[in-house]
Amino acid sequence: MQDIEDRDTEGRRHFLKCMAWAGTGTLWLMHGGVLKAQPLTTKGATAVTDATFSFVQISDSHIGFHKAPNMDVAGTLRQSLAMINAQKKEPDFVLHTGDLTHLSRPEEFDALSGIMQDARMAKVFYVPGEHDVIGDNGAEFFRRFGERQQSGGWYSFDHHGVHFVGLVNVLNLKAGGLGSLGADQLAWLKKDLAGLSADTPLVVFAHMPLWPLYPDWGWGTDDSNEAVSYLRRFGSVSVLNGHIHQIQQKVEGNITFYTARSTAYPQPAPGAASAPGPLKDVAPNDLHRYLGIRDIRHVQGSHALAVTEEVMA
Amino acid sequence: MNVMSWMLVVISALVLSTAALSPVMAANAAMTTPAKPIAVDIRDFTFAPKTLTVSAGTRVVWTNRDEEPHVVVSAGNQFSPSRALDTSDSYAVTFDHAGTYTYYCAMHPMMVGTVIVK
Repeated sequence: MQDIEDRDTEGRRHFLKCMAWAGTGTLWLMHGGVLKAQPLTTKGATAVTDATFSFVQISDSHIGFHKAPNMDVAGTLRQSLAMINAQKKEPDFVLHTGDLTHLSRPEEFDALSGIMQDARMAKVFYVPGEHDVIGDNGAEFFRRFGERQQSGGWYSFDHHGVHFVGLVNVLNLKAGGLGSLGADQLAWLKKDLAGLSADTPLVVFAHMPLWPLYPDWGWGTDDSNEAVSYLRRFGSVSVLNGHIHQIQQKVEGNITFYTARSTAYPQPAPGAASAPGPLKDVAPNDLHRYLGIRDIRHVQGSHALAVTEEVMA
Repeated sequence: MNVMSWMLVVISALVLSTAALSPVMAANAAMTTPAKPIAVDIRDFTFAPKTLTVSAGTRVVWTNRDEEPHVVVSAGNQFSPSRALDTSDSYAVTFDHAGTYTYYCAMHPMMVGTVIVK
């Protein structure tokens, strides 16, 4: 009897532990051409009413992963989507910044599609992560989730005067290198942006960070400098990435770089462990974090939000 | 047969002969497999040992000890890439020909290793 109770307690503790950081996404609000981040909560955002429009970024759902600290990555993705559906003002669309799956397996892609359909997501724009292109250079990913604008899988679109660009930086990676855009994609990007006036707000998204966030762990893109050089003339540029399963930000002139959390599991801060990978023991001996779920979200979200406002003001 | 068809025949013959020389094809033949395979551990996003020197005919077995999947791929396309290696999954290649084989992880390309076959 005691054993059963212990197991139940452990199970609940584990669930709450996951809840403390999983099921997360970022609500992006466009205010006069400048993006502002809000944590995604069940309560809905406060500042949505005066925004031009909003969209949500989710990332790194890793469907197929089934180890500590998250045995139910499908469940935590569903929680994220439920939060999106709980917004008072429906976001116009969702960006998924890659690593939909853990191992690029057909059944993992199937599961991801099913979860998105069940949650009745409106339009979702995807870019692949390195976990989505294993063994076939992304053929299956692009067949299922591609926008089919360019043969390389990259694309752009306009929404309420904002130009969005989805880039692919997880293919044709070279030994010893980082993420890669490649000459063809860079040439296309240059051309894609050439006709735009400098006051067009830009949102550029890709899986791996488009800045040298922590190259020792492969957290960067070899030719991102070239891409960023095309962005510099614009007055408001937001670069949204995933890959590292935590929020990191950097501002360079008019360009704000942002990495999103994972809906599946966190990774250590840059250099805080011997290698990247799932943080198996989330916040050990920190029991208060397992309680008051909403407050934890609020505290973590407020922190991120404060940083965003500080750098974007 | 026109010139184009002749070229195709020649190219096909070249491709076939090259494939026959590759270490993977040799591994499938399994003529003289030495008793003891050599292990390379994939741990903390590194190959250990990073550089491995073996004699011709040695079977090298990579095993993923990380929670993160990895893919072993030859930098010069000298041997077939592995599938996605999940935790505890292994991949083996028998190196029958002397040479330097640089490889990396297709997912995390900063992970690089070398097999030197004497």
